[in-house]
Amino acid sequence: MRPEQQGVEVAVLVSVGRHPITGRARRADQDARGLELALGLERQLPGSRVNLLHAGPRGEESESALRGYLGMAAGAGMGLDTLSMLEQAEGSDVIPALAEHLAAAPPQLVITGARAERGEGSGLLPYALAERLGWPLVNGLAAVEGIENGVATLLQALPRGQRRRLKVRLPAVVTVDAAAPEARQSAFGPARRAELEVTAVAAEPDRELAEWQLTPARKRPKRLKIVKAASARDRFKAAAAKMEGGSGQVLEGVSAEQGAEAILKLLETEGVLR
Amino acid sequence: MLDTLLPILIFAALALAVIGAWRRIRLWRQGRPSPVPFLQGLAAMPRRYLVDLHHVVARDKVMSNTHVATAGGFVAAVVLMILVHGLGLGASESLGPMLGGLLLAASALMFVGSLFVAKRRRNPPARLSKGPWMRLPKSLMAFSVSVFLITLPTVGVLPEAFLQGAGGWILALALAAVLAWGLGEMVFGMTWGGPMKHAFAGALHLAFHRRPERFSSKSGGEGRSTGLKALNLDDPGAKLGVETPSDFTWNQLLGFDACVQCGRCEAVCPAFAAGQPLNPKKLIQDMVVGLAGGSDADYAGSPYPGKPVGEHHGSPHGPIVLSPKGHEGKALVDAETLWSCTTCRACVEECPMMIEHVDAIVDMRRFLTLEHGNTPNKGAEVLDNLIATDNPGGFDPSSRLHWAADLNLPLMAERGEAEVLLWLGDGAFDMRNQRTLRALVKVLRAADVDFAVLGNEERDSGDVARRLGDEATFQSLAKRNIATLAKYRFQRIVTCDPHSFHVLGNEYGELGGSYRVNHHSTYIAELYEAGYLHFAPWKGGRVTYHDPCYLGRYNGEYDAPRNVLKALGIEVAEMARSGYRSRCCGGGGGAPITDIPGKQRIPDMRMNDVKETGAELVAVGCPQCTAMLEGVVDAGAEVRDIAELVADALVANALTDNPVVEPVDATRRPTGKTAEEVT
Repeated sequence: MRPEQQGVEVAVLVSVGRHPITGRARRADQDARGLELALGLERQLPGSRVNLLHAGPRGEESESALRGYLGMAAGAGMGLDTLSMLEQAEGSDVIPALAEHLAAAPPQLVITGARAERGEGSGLLPYALAERLGWPLVNGLAAVEGIENGVATLLQALPRGQRRRLKVRLPAVVTVDAAAPEARQSAFGPARRAELEVTAVAAEPDRELAEWQLTPARKRPKRLKIVKAASARDRFKAAAAKMEGGSGQVLEGVSAEQGAEAILKLLETEGVLR
Repeated sequence: MLDTLLPILIFAALALAVIGAWRRIRLWRQGRPSPVPFLQGLAAMPRRYLVDLHHVVARDKVMSNTHVATAGGFVAAVVLMILVHGLGLGASESLGPMLGGLLLAASALMFVGSLFVAKRRRNPPARLSKGPWMRLPKSLMAFSVSVFLITLPTVGVLPEAFLQGAGGWILALALAAVLAWGLGEMVFGMTWGGPMKHAFAGALHLAFHRRPERFSSKSGGEGRSTGLKALNLDDPGAKLGVETPSDFTWNQLLGFDACVQCGRCEAVCPAFAAGQPLNPKKLIQDMVVGLAGGSDADYAGSPYPGKPVGEHHGSPHGPIVLSPKGHEGKALVDAETLWSCTTCRACVEECPMMIEHVDAIVDMRRFLTLEHGNTPNKGAEVLDNLIATDNPGGFDPSSRLHWAADLNLPLMAERGEAEVLLWLGDGAFDMRNQRTLRALVKVLRAADVDFAVLGNEERDSGDVARRLGDEATFQSLAKRNIATLAKYRFQRIVTCDPHSFHVLGNEYGELGGSYRVNHHSTYIAELYEAGYLHFAPWKGGRVTYHDPCYLGRYNGEYDAPRNVLKALGIEVAEMARSGYRSRCCGGGGGAPITDIPGKQRIPDMRMNDVKETGAELVAVGCPQCTAMLEGVVDAGAEVRDIAELVADALVANALTDNPVVEPVDATRRPTGKTAEEVT
């Protein structure tokens, strides 16, 4: 470890998750993976500090879910015995509050899950936040390989297990999804003892959200996978191969009618329309 | 000369023993406070020793008699020796010969006992500790022989002049030296940490045991206490579970110190036999090392399989298990040792010193799970599932009754009351156990039992969470189950899961839920005896029965399953290890979840036991046992639950043709038969 490699300040944005089967509040899976990534930095960069940040309404259920993140700090050191909570009324826009808080004392790295498990869950928050702060954003992070002189070497996860190495100037916002390391167990004792530092912030009501009509999500229909491979070797190849465009077609300079016709034709061949 | 030397020797040894005792007591008092009825405990100690302890020791007749002779002879000899030689009563005209004679008899008895101890130490079985224990027979002999010889002149068998004169002086000095050796081991060593420590610590351990209710009582109380004690979760600042030896209660530390290293626990431990890194004896000795501080290098018994002795060390206020955060090196015990335990209680059942191994292991697991957040392998996932879905598999809790979609089971939510509440357990999500449940429903309907189920309102009993150390999740599940059960009226709970049976019956009480709970085998036996069930004669082959730990050792139910099998016309071919010595299937205590590797698998060993009986079928009474034993590859025997065997053997109720003998029973539905035929 070279001496100039100092620890970094990391902020992890955490949300209240929702269990996919029972709907109970819990630590959100992707955000917990984000925290796991942050906790792993201590090994590479001793002296790194992690701050947890949450914006939203305060309640018994959400508090116990947020404590789930603090329970991951058992024995990790890194100053993780508090969580900063920006208290807002239900239905407020969290982005201005988060941006203001982060801009006031900018960390070098902001880690967050790609998509929330409740509420809008559009996955737009990291983009909106990065835009507002004017920081670069990297999505689908698999690992932080190193931070040197204010430049982070990141490993980004691409589909089918591919990885891409990127260099990003800090501060930056990064998001993690299922490709990031699995979150460690949350321990009850440290979670219960930890403190929530609550700050009430000005709530800007999310007007657009208020106009929306929310309905429970439906599972998207999924195309049945027809296995054509005859041997194990073929199946393995099919599973490991890169996604191939193959039958794709790029239409350029066509009229709206021609385009619509092409789409209609595709839908018919796929059996979506009959 | 001996008249002056002997009192000095005796009282010096006693004084040193008192100092040692004080030091030892200070070591125990490092533990957390735990109030005990002091005088009551001391008063109960002789009975606990003579009845309960000897009930365990007497399972080995030779050793039991050896111990009676040696220990009885020793206690009598010490008391008499103080009177005769210490206080000089031997010289008195009236008492001298009588006391001296008794002392001769006592030391002779002790000598005979020590001969047997010596014989056993010639080729000691692997489970016995060696080291200082190997010198014990010699020390016993030194004490008994020297006391015997020194007392001979007192009673006049030898002339007083025998120990006088030049030769006599040398003889007297030699005798005194041998006696000093004997006193050193037997009196001084008792409190300063020699092999005889077990007598001192053991006596106090019996008096101040943390489970006084486990001892039998004069009024005929059976004396069983197997439920884990609840962890107080009220204080948010408190450390949860046991991190350091001093986090045990003082009487737990005292209990560890009472260990005689007989290794009976080691001989019955399924994890040790499977080559997993656990040896109950070593674990208790490690706790002793921890409470005194030091390394385990002096331990002279079998190590944890695969872990050499001498690498671990600890102190009263140092951690027992190192925290997961990248520390190299070792503490007192490795985490995998604690996670190897199946909580089968075989060690506790066999321990002649009444040490509570399982309590200690769960106490330490509580710290690992609740404070370190370090439950190995699938542990974290199972606990997360229990928190989020109330069942360990993470299944949709509203699918708990899917297996019974066609059975039209009466729901408590609709009925409000029933004679019998059928507790399904998490086996409701397991396709194998669903067959057992369907069989049980068929049996209950055949016997026309008024029963109902909680259905989707039921949650996991919390057994696995508690034994994985997650007391918070256990208490959360238990409290919600208790609240649900409080809504309904029923006379008893019947379940085919011994784990639920144990938790509902023995562990919910402390949290405010007291129920009458029956294992299905108990209830079926009752129904059969009352004449509600009729069976076709058994036509299958040889059958053996596997006692589930949580039914047998935890709840003392050995007879009912055997009575049911007998009623089916089955003659049980017993395994060598059955009843209270039954070998665990490997499925308890979350062991399949934490899955610590060993040289072989516990269920494989159990199926070998089955094979030895030549049985084609092994009857079980537990979903865990069914799963574990059925998972054995190339097993020679079929695994069937008792409920399935009963359901298969059911024949039409003859009582309908013979209404005269219709017995009346509270568990019967009062009017009309509304049961539907199952299958």
